[in-house]
Amino acid sequence: MKVININSSYDSDFVREVEEESGQKLNLCYQCGKCTAGCPYTDEYDISVSQIMRLTQAGQKEKVLQSNSLWLCATCESCTSRCPNEIDVALIMDVLRHMARREGYTGTGRVKTFWDSFLSSVEKNGRVFEVGLLVNYISHTGRFWTDVDLGPKVLPKGKIHFKPTEMQGKKEVAKIFMRFNEESAK
Amino acid sequence: MKIGVFVCHCGSNIEATVDTATVAAAAREFPGVVFATDTMYTCSEPGQDEIVDAIKEHNLDGIVVASCSPRMHEQTFRRTVERAGLNKYLFEMANIREHVSWIGKDREANTNKAVDLVRMASEKLMNNQPLYPKKFTINKRVLIIGGGVAGIQAALDCADGGLEVVMVEKTSTIGGKMAKLDKTFPTVDCSSCILGPRMVDVAQHPNITLYAFSEIEEINGYVGNFEIKVKKKATYVDWDACTGCGICMEKCPSKKATDTFNEEIDFTKAINIPFAQAIPKKAKIDPEFCTMLKKGKCGVCAKVCPSGCIDYEMKDEFITEKVGAIVTATGFDLFDWTVYEEYGGGRYPDVITSLQYERMLSASGPTGGHIKRPSDGKEPKDVVFIQCVGSRDKSVGRPYCTGFCCMYTAKQAILTKDHLPGSQSYVFYMDIRAAGKLYDEFTRRAMEEYDTNYIRGRVSMIYPKGDKLLVRGADTLMGTQVEVDADLVVLAVGAEASKGASKLAEKLRISYDSYGFYMEGHPKLKPVETNTAGVYLAGACQGPKDIPSSVAQGSAAAAKVLGLFSKDQLESDPQVSTVDIKRCIGCGKCIQTCPFGAIKEIDFRGMIKANVIETICQGCGICTSTCPQGAVQLQHSTDNQILSEVNALCQF
Repeated sequence: MKVININSSYDSDFVREVEEESGQKLNLCYQCGKCTAGCPYTDEYDISVSQIMRLTQAGQKEKVLQSNSLWLCATCESCTSRCPNEIDVALIMDVLRHMARREGYTGTGRVKTFWDSFLSSVEKNGRVFEVGLLVNYISHTGRFWTDVDLGPKVLPKGKIHFKPTEMQGKKEVAKIFMRFNEESAK
Repeated sequence: MKIGVFVCHCGSNIEATVDTATVAAAAREFPGVVFATDTMYTCSEPGQDEIVDAIKEHNLDGIVVASCSPRMHEQTFRRTVERAGLNKYLFEMANIREHVSWIGKDREANTNKAVDLVRMASEKLMNNQPLYPKKFTINKRVLIIGGGVAGIQAALDCADGGLEVVMVEKTSTIGGKMAKLDKTFPTVDCSSCILGPRMVDVAQHPNITLYAFSEIEEINGYVGNFEIKVKKKATYVDWDACTGCGICMEKCPSKKATDTFNEEIDFTKAINIPFAQAIPKKAKIDPEFCTMLKKGKCGVCAKVCPSGCIDYEMKDEFITEKVGAIVTATGFDLFDWTVYEEYGGGRYPDVITSLQYERMLSASGPTGGHIKRPSDGKEPKDVVFIQCVGSRDKSVGRPYCTGFCCMYTAKQAILTKDHLPGSQSYVFYMDIRAAGKLYDEFTRRAMEEYDTNYIRGRVSMIYPKGDKLLVRGADTLMGTQVEVDADLVVLAVGAEASKGASKLAEKLRISYDSYGFYMEGHPKLKPVETNTAGVYLAGACQGPKDIPSSVAQGSAAAAKVLGLFSKDQLESDPQVSTVDIKRCIGCGKCIQTCPFGAIKEIDFRGMIKANVIETICQGCGICTSTCPQGAVQLQHSTDNQILSEVNALCQF
């Protein structure tokens, strides 16, 4: 295991940014582990949420932002509602996710591709069009066989449509994306 | 007036950011000041001698010391000036440490502020009058509120010291929380075996009067002369005649009464004696469960009682007791853990509190000392203990550490193995707080010799799985989520201020913190005193405490009472309000606002006037700011004295 030098590896800008963006005080965390205890995704995480908190507290930017856990978090907020110190842990995960994307840490590349495919589908159709998302994702990753075994299960149930369904408010959703793109371009 | 000014360096505490020599030089220019100097440590013996010498040499008749807070050394310097023959109220203190040097770094600004404060003090001093305390006799009896182990210790120590003691206990037996415990840490000796004899001593001591099942209704008076109204709640049993034989309890047909002594793990009878070693061992009826008192039918207890002591007509009785000092030892209550929905919020019968478990372990408890699951009566194999339930948890408003749960959890884990050798205990903990003689060794023993599995992490949920409970927590040392299939879950529920503590505090006129624990006079130097003279604290009413600390405080409070009563007369503080009878218009506003009931109406040649009872007045000054005529003046803080300070400060 690598020895971490507590002084030299501590990234104070990172800690400050996380605190500012989330409005949470990282030093409130006393590592009781109740967030990890209640997290439904712990078994999929590479770093458990209480350890994400500790690494963030300790200013270990690289390690935190490279973690896959950020992208697996479902924002169910079990951690937030259980925290005895009333830290909004889910919000900190959200802030870290934004930061990771902004600074080019995207976990495995596929996660970013999936998120981008998902959002572009919503932008175009007002809601997600599963087949379109699938095609987009596969064409970017070449993972043709991903989840192909689920096909026979969902197709007979009519869950998958080959054409995007029309929905109300499609234009309004597109406007949200437009506004976001304008704002973020500033 | 010839004033002397002493500006203290306090080592570097003041001198580092205040130019004390300049302050002294400035003071020499103030009206009345004939002598001023700066000294290294004014409170030291040579420092005090310097004041005495200056008073004699320069014929000074007033002294200003510019140093620390009056809370620290006002008494010290008052004694110094008294030693030199001055009245101790011809002394003023300017706080240039807490109010100046410790809070600012700008030496020039600090020095200027210090000069201002010294000017204010010397201007006030010119308006000071010598004040003389009055003497009054004291009643050398002491009231102990609460009959737990702290109260018992205080009562016995006072009684052995020759004082008459009145003990008032809310429930029908003394013994408190300790009487409910099976064993005590770290010695694992039987709780009732060590407490029982002490309880008997209270009952048999010729100097102790015990009012059990009684509450404090009203407290009047002041140190040395309190008047207490005690409410003896109706027991419906004539306790003078009751022998505690228990036949009534045996025959009573109403079997569903709440058993508070056994922490509600079982029911008791409507007429009951809490436990075999109860003191006093007398029966009482819980009216909400008694068929006779509710519907007028039954009367079984009256029929079977061999001494004919049942009285269904009994009413609450009020008794007045006069005492000179009060010790409060009202203890603690358990936090209501049912707010933790993730632990079942009270829905799972096999999730119990540590105190319920204690009753289950006790041979005199409802299960006869057998550990049984409340749901099906089976012996548990895997027992999970969860610590910090209602402790160190801001989200439920209990950020403090209860302090003794780590220890009793280790004890319960050890006892579990003793009772059920085939069992396995698991403890979810955050940190182990075992600071005390033989304490850490004890928790280590739970792990090393009794194979208790300590898991570092909190638990996030408990849910039923078949006839077991699935406990999901974290092991932060492994960095993973963990699960335990448990047969029984014991919650180490934290302590909070006892119910009704704040109401009693208002009657006692003492302060309490935001959690309802009583405030001590000083966190380090006055641990058992309160800010109300003659009222002392013992045990967990001041903050969660284990048995040794509670007993130590009980003895400490007794020592304070015995010290107070070592004099036959007390001196009253002359810093009280006085009424200028010529100015008083008898409007009564001061009487309404006085929080101590120290002002009474008197008839003065046919006119209504206010009159201050000096011994009750605490010198808070509310009356002086209420009086529309300026007729009430607080001695040593009169309007003229305060205005002279304001003028000194606002002259530019």
